Amino acid sequence: MMMRSLLIVILLFTSAQASARISAYEFDNAEQESIYNELVDELRCLVCQNQTIADSNAELAQDMKRKTHELVMQGKTKKEISDFMVQRYGNFVQYKPPVEPTTYLLWAGPFIILFIGLFFLIKIIRNRKIEKPATLSDVDRSRAEDLLNIKDE
Amino acid sequence: MNKAAIPLIIFLLMAGLFLFVLQKINTGEYDPRDVPSELIDQKVPEFNLVNLLDTNDTVKSADYLGKPWLLNVWGTWCAQCWKEHPYLMFLSRQGIPIVGINWRDDMVDARAMLNSEGNPFVETGFDPQSDAVMELGVYGAPETFLIDAQGMIKVKHKGEMNPRVWEEKFKPFF
Repeated sequence: MMMRSLLIVILLFTSAQASARISAYEFDNAEQESIYNELVDELRCLVCQNQTIADSNAELAQDMKRKTHELVMQGKTKKEISDFMVQRYGNFVQYKPPVEPTTYLLWAGPFIILFIGLFFLIKIIRNRKIEKPATLSDVDRSRAEDLLNIKDE
Repeated sequence: MNKAAIPLIIFLLMAGLFLFVLQKINTGEYDPRDVPSELIDQKVPEFNLVNLLDTNDTVKSADYLGKPWLLNVWGTWCAQCWKEHPYLMFLSRQGIPIVGINWRDDMVDARAMLNSEGNPFVETGFDPQSDAVMELGVYGAPETFLIDAQGMIKVKHKGEMNPRVWEEKFKPFF
C-alpha cells in the first residue's frame, strides 16, 4: 500500500514534468526543436517581464513563440533569432544580457556586494576581542583550594 | 554616533527611495515596464497588411515615403486607444497623416469603432497575427511612431497620445 501510493505520487510529478515540455509546434528535426526550446527559455516576455516566453501565456509571448518557431523553420541560427528579437525589443528581451558598458554594473554587482560583505566580515572577526584565559588571584586560589579540600575530607 | 540608530537610518533611506520612485510612477515620469526604445533613427520596417476597410487592398509602409507621417497601433480592446481617439481625430483634421495598425482585433469590432467614433486614419492595416507589430517591436497599445520623409523612425511613444505628448515629442517634426 505504502509503495503503491509512493509510486502514484512519483508518477504524478514526473508526468507533469514530461508534458510541460511538449510544445504546440512541429519541427523538421531535433536540432530545430532544441534551438526553439533554448530560445523560449532565454527570451523575456515584455508584458510580464519576470517570465520567459516559455512560461508565459500572455498573447505577446504567444506571438513571440510563433515568430521564434517561424524563424527556426526558416533555418535561422539561434544567434540570428536572438538578434532579431534584440533589434526589435532591445537587450531587455534577453535573460542573459550581453556584457557591455551599460551592463557592467549588472554583471559586476553581485561580486561587488560579495566583496563588501567579505570586507565587513573580516573586519568584525578581527575586531572581536580574544577571550583571555581566566586568571585567579592568590586569594581566590587559596579559597578554591579550601573548597575542594572540604569535598575530599 | 549611536549604533542602534543605524538600522533606523537605513530604513528611512530605503523608505525615502521607495517614496521617490512611487512619486515618479504616479506622475508618469517613470514606468517600470518601460523598455529602452529601439529602432529610433532606423528605417521603418516594411509591412504589408490587409486594409481594414477594404480587404482587397493592402497597406504598405513604402507608400508613405516623402513626407512625415504618424503610425498608430490600436485595438478596440485597448482602453487608452478609445481615450486618445478624439485627439487623433483632431490631429487628422489638422492635416496630419496618420496610418493605423489595428492589432489583434476583430475586424467587425474595429470597423464598428471607426464608424461610431470617426476615422482619423488615412489607411488602417489589419494585423490580427501581430506580423507588422512584431516587426515594429511593439508590445502594448496604443503606441505611436513618427516616421520622417526619408522613412526613418524619429519618435516612438508608448501610451496615450495627448496634447502634451504631441507638443513635446511630435510637433517639432511638422
